[in-house]
Amino acid sequence: MARKKGAADRFELQKCPTGIQGLDEITLGGIPRGRPTLITGGAGSGKTLIALEFLVKGATLYNEPGVFMAFEETGEELTTNVASLGFDLDGLAKQKKLAIDYVYIERSEIEETGEYDLEGLFVRLGNAIDSVKAKRVVLDTIEVLFGSLPNEGILRAELRRLFRWLKKRGVTALVTGERGSTTLTRYGLEEYVADCVVLLDHRVTDQISTRRLRVVKYRGSYHGTNEYPFLIDKDGISILPITSLGLTSDAPSKRVSTGIPRLDAMFGGKGFYKGSSVLVSGTAGTGKSTMSAQFVKSACKRGERALYLAFEESPKQIIRNMRSAGIDLEPYLHGKGLVIRSERPTLFGLEMHLLQMTKLVEQVSPHVVVMDPITNLISIGFEADVKSMLTRFVDFLKAKQVTSLFTSLTSPDGSLEQSAVGVSSLMDTWIVLKDIEGQGERNRGLTIVKSRGMAHSNQFRELRLTGNGIVLEDIYLGASGALTGAARAAQIAEEEAAALARKEEIERLGRHIERKRGVLESQLKVLRSEFEAEEEEIKRRMAEVEAREQAAEEQRSQAAHMRKADEETGR
Amino acid sequence: MKNSKPKAAEQGVDFWELRLYVAGQTPKSLAAFANLKKICEEHLKGCYRIEIIDLLENPTLAKGDQILAIPTLVRKLPEPVRKIIGDLSNTERVLVGLDLRPLEQVRRKA
Repeated sequence: MARKKGAADRFELQKCPTGIQGLDEITLGGIPRGRPTLITGGAGSGKTLIALEFLVKGATLYNEPGVFMAFEETGEELTTNVASLGFDLDGLAKQKKLAIDYVYIERSEIEETGEYDLEGLFVRLGNAIDSVKAKRVVLDTIEVLFGSLPNEGILRAELRRLFRWLKKRGVTALVTGERGSTTLTRYGLEEYVADCVVLLDHRVTDQISTRRLRVVKYRGSYHGTNEYPFLIDKDGISILPITSLGLTSDAPSKRVSTGIPRLDAMFGGKGFYKGSSVLVSGTAGTGKSTMSAQFVKSACKRGERALYLAFEESPKQIIRNMRSAGIDLEPYLHGKGLVIRSERPTLFGLEMHLLQMTKLVEQVSPHVVVMDPITNLISIGFEADVKSMLTRFVDFLKAKQVTSLFTSLTSPDGSLEQSAVGVSSLMDTWIVLKDIEGQGERNRGLTIVKSRGMAHSNQFRELRLTGNGIVLEDIYLGASGALTGAARAAQIAEEEAAALARKEEIERLGRHIERKRGVLESQLKVLRSEFEAEEEEIKRRMAEVEAREQAAEEQRSQAAHMRKADEETGR
Repeated sequence: MKNSKPKAAEQGVDFWELRLYVAGQTPKSLAAFANLKKICEEHLKGCYRIEIIDLLENPTLAKGDQILAIPTLVRKLPEPVRKIIGDLSNTERVLVGLDLRPLEQVRRKA
């Protein structure tokens, strides 16, 4: 992998990129150019392979031909051994990009009869370098000579001369050495190769082996000082810097839907941040996988690519089980966006898992990744190892702006905050699913413990698995605490009944008033008609009285007329 | 190239084919050749051949006989191949290395 590090230019020391994934990151650009570098380690720690990959990558990526001087294996053996890694040594040799020289001395065939030097080795090396115009040289493992040549004094003097000679020729050399019990190399090669020393280690813990690499010294350059696990697989060596050497990933403000509308609403209506890491933890059967599947499906529905890494179920099982929850993932399989990869965690060590996953991510280049569940990885590693592995995976995904969702199984008696791997600090968002038991049933609750950089709901929600996926409901708070499931349904029914009763009461009261009004009005009518009747009578009597009065008046005036009243005539 | 008298084959004795690898005319190389010549004349008179290979002239030849140390004497014949490194100043060890018995013994055996 070609990695251009601007930082390397600042150093006076010229570096030679090894092309080995990760090693150039740790050494900030490669091993010292034009100088010998020592790689030491125990048997089977991968020294030869690193050395060989250094040459192959040099020849194929950087147009720097190389010479491999083998002291342990013949050229044919080497070629066959590394063919499985995809290294075509014969092809490179034919293209004059690689020369392999097998140096072999049988101690029993040799008789020492006086003064000698190792000019023959120099001649051979020089000849091999000239034949391909090599820029890189590997000596693997030159220490074998200590077993073959009886005179150590001569050998040491010649080795010193050899390394000086290599420097003078300006080739970047990689020298491998067997690790001694107290020293870096069994025969003290570090004495001659003092510029850069890389130590390989192969440890087995709990029956699972992990290879590790450490740059012990690097004169004149800063370098990663930790032990970095590395892997040998069908593509050669991969070293995985534990911390990726920096937290520099971008932080986009784009949002990604969770696939559950109500959950989106809880995250301010928009869902997770793109490129963020989400932890969904919960006890068994709380719907973690369903939530993952819904998240994956919504991504596929948007036309994005998704990678589902399952450690418990096979792809077919996942498809079947999720279909029962109304989440059909099948249409997105087979090159239509979704890749499901199921692997038993115990199949290989953590590092291999990590590498496989990162490789898969490189291949699929997904928008979302689901890992279900991360807790199963604990079965193959210590918590600290799992955490370190997840840290790297999360960093890797963040750098690629992949939104990741991890599920984690928590033990039912643990507290809400207990997430099995202790990875919650790595995560940007943490959703806790919880069992709520009571009233003879078990229900699921959901709450957001944290979500970095966004307003989010603090409310507890009930999570229901329906034929249409996950549905979130409000939780009812009753006198005896939160109500879920049947209790919630009962509460709803009760409230509805009460509402109905209130409505009926209002209607009843309304009718009552109407009735009263009716009574009042009819009474008013009666009174009025009585009044009218009386009024009529009174008016009739008044008319009678008036008529009588008139009649009386007339009689009176008639009588007066008849009497011929004095006053009137006298006047 | 130095050849001895080609009598040996006729006598029905083992023929000794020796190859001396050197790298230039260094004192060690010259000493080795002188020592070798002396030993051969003494013990293998008439049935040996010495071939001198200068790796500075023919560097590719070093690979064939797996030469590292200079000077190296290789006994090509009789088989098996044996190698002796150094300037051959220790005659005793050269004889052991060449698996060489005195000429008389060889003749008697034949």
